[in-house]
Amino acid sequence: MSGWIGALFLRELRLSVRVGGGALIGVLFFLAVITVIPFGVGPDLNLLALIGPAVLWIGALLATLLGLDRLFQADRDDGSLDLMLMAGRPLELLVLVKCAAHWLGTGLPLVLAAPVLSIFLNLEPLAVGALTLTLLAGTPALTLIGAIGAALTVSLRRGGLLLAVLVIPFSIPVLIFGVSAAGAVTREPAPFLTPFLFLCALSLIALVVGPVASALALRFSSD
Amino acid sequence: MDCLLIEVRRACDAEKTRVVGRLVRFPKPFRIAMRLVADTLACDRGGRRVFSDLSLSLASGHALVVRGPNGVGKSSLLRVIAGLVQPAAGQLAVENGLPEHSVGEHCHYFGHQDALKPAMTVLENLTFWTRFVQPAPLPGEPASVTPEAALDHLGILHTAHLPAAYLSAGQRRRLSLARLMVTLRPIWLLDEPTSALDSASEATLTGLMRDHLAAGGMILAATHQDLDLPDVASLRLERAA
Amino acid sequence: MAILDLANPTRFLSLAQRLLPWVSVACVAAFVAGLYLTFFVAPDDYQQGATVKIMYLHVPAAWLSMLCYSTMALSALGTLIWKHPLADVSAKAAAPIGAAFTFVSLITGSLWGKPMWGTYWVWDARLTSVLVLFIMYLGLIALWRTIEDPIRAGKAAAVLTLVGAINLPIIKFSVDWWNTLHQPASVIRMDGPTIHASILWPLSVMALAFTLLFLVMHLMAMRNEILRRRVRTLQLHAASARHGVATPQAAE
Repeated sequence: MSGWIGALFLRELRLSVRVGGGALIGVLFFLAVITVIPFGVGPDLNLLALIGPAVLWIGALLATLLGLDRLFQADRDDGSLDLMLMAGRPLELLVLVKCAAHWLGTGLPLVLAAPVLSIFLNLEPLAVGALTLTLLAGTPALTLIGAIGAALTVSLRRGGLLLAVLVIPFSIPVLIFGVSAAGAVTREPAPFLTPFLFLCALSLIALVVGPVASALALRFSSD
Repeated sequence: MDCLLIEVRRACDAEKTRVVGRLVRFPKPFRIAMRLVADTLACDRGGRRVFSDLSLSLASGHALVVRGPNGVGKSSLLRVIAGLVQPAAGQLAVENGLPEHSVGEHCHYFGHQDALKPAMTVLENLTFWTRFVQPAPLPGEPASVTPEAALDHLGILHTAHLPAAYLSAGQRRRLSLARLMVTLRPIWLLDEPTSALDSASEATLTGLMRDHLAAGGMILAATHQDLDLPDVASLRLERAA
Repeated sequence: MAILDLANPTRFLSLAQRLLPWVSVACVAAFVAGLYLTFFVAPDDYQQGATVKIMYLHVPAAWLSMLCYSTMALSALGTLIWKHPLADVSAKAAAPIGAAFTFVSLITGSLWGKPMWGTYWVWDARLTSVLVLFIMYLGLIALWRTIEDPIRAGKAAAVLTLVGAINLPIIKFSVDWWNTLHQPASVIRMDGPTIHASILWPLSVMALAFTLLFLVMHLMAMRNEILRRRVRTLQLHAASARHGVATPQAAE
């Protein structure tokens, strides 16, 4: 029963780290976004420390969304998706496994890169810890929500931009609570735990809604 | 549900004989003939009615070749049976098939696309499909072969540890074909199976198809070429005047 | 009348043909009454003066933007669960109308905000939620426009609409939360029983007028969409003039 889950997970992971996979491009994009911010707002370290958590979160959001357009499309283009639909495996679980592997390949590197990048933005150690924790809790939600967009745009040649447009409204709550929790450490009266728990709740909701909606969209895409 | 351990000797090539043991579950006693039945199927693609009122019945051990001019709906018919396209009307069923499994889950689909990942090795590609595709074994059909044996049979065992990107078009096709050997499914849906195959590979394919039919499998092929098979019926799709 | 009767587009077209004149007349009458009440009966605000009359456009438009989305969400259920042939026509027709009402709501809110806040845009919780809704409408319209096959486009849009319907309360909640975090006091308060009857009446009539306007436009847009699909079918037939329906000759 669980053999196929392991096989699929391993395959996705292999594909993301081998030639043609996009595992590290997301981190590079993240780095590029963070690098251009000081050019836009100026090198004032106090200002950067203030907006740092928000900038890192937006960078992670964009890096996640831009990496998702091939999540199902690569399999559709070479006919794998047809065979997966016929394989007799629950499609929701398939989406979940693909998302998990994708997150491990592209989302986790973003989380790990965030502490390094936050040095550029003059974040305090405590704020770095809070930020990394919120990214760890929140990026799975972004991947799962993004999977819906990836499934909806699976048949489109250039669905990447449309995917971002479709998915960004749904990722606003994640952004709000993620940034609030990450910034709570520096702004004294604001609580950390409340927005952080909301963030965890959003991830759990996405854990249900994402695979169900993606599977529905994939079934309709196969005509 | 009876559980039977069957052991089958299967000749993979002329010289060697392999023994493959498998635990197979059967809903009913041994060797029950299945039957694929389609009743007044209709199919819409992109708002256009491709075909309608199509009925067919295909019994174990028989092959059906779907013929007709391009765009008449041969591929659509295979995709409807595979469950990839919802029929606009009509019924589709596998008699004596596995309960609680859709018709598509009884089928192998071998289409134009190879479903191969160039970044993975040949063996990784094949092993993934072996483990991922849920088998729907047919009573009396020989147990599935190991990925290595399938590659050996198709003459591409020497490429097993090379990335699939390095394969030629014909080799890719054969690797894709190996998928049908490693997982058991009673119905083979073949869409232009001989395209990009040289004559030697074509003979291998014909051999595979004969074995599959002899074991009680069913084959539905959309092709322009003649297939050298026993018990072939043909279904010709024509454009209405 | 059973809803199944309406499943037939032709029957729907003839029904729409009969309904439209009546609904149009009712809509115009409601607008005349509503605008009269707005400009000549409703009192000026003692602080805001006559600018408060923007409210009689702004609030109904905001309501209608939600009503449109609800219509689309119901239609999406109709597409996915009951496979009703008109459901996805209804959803597709409602989307641009909803976007237009949302846009009107944003514009009037912004115009109202200028004298109130001294700036055209404030990241007020309500306005921000409406802006997010506007982006969702535009995303849905973009999805419809990029998938060529109308049936597949309808199904994809239905999935997205339902995901949006689940997410809208979450977005609304989180935006409210974010707003109170950054600016504790909201500028406008007009919910609750504090609304005086002299405001409530014109507002209700305007809301009725907007709803009728939605009904008229929705019926017309659905009619257009049905006709557009017929044209597409005819063009497909013309393209495959020699195509017809395939007939099987021998089976087995």
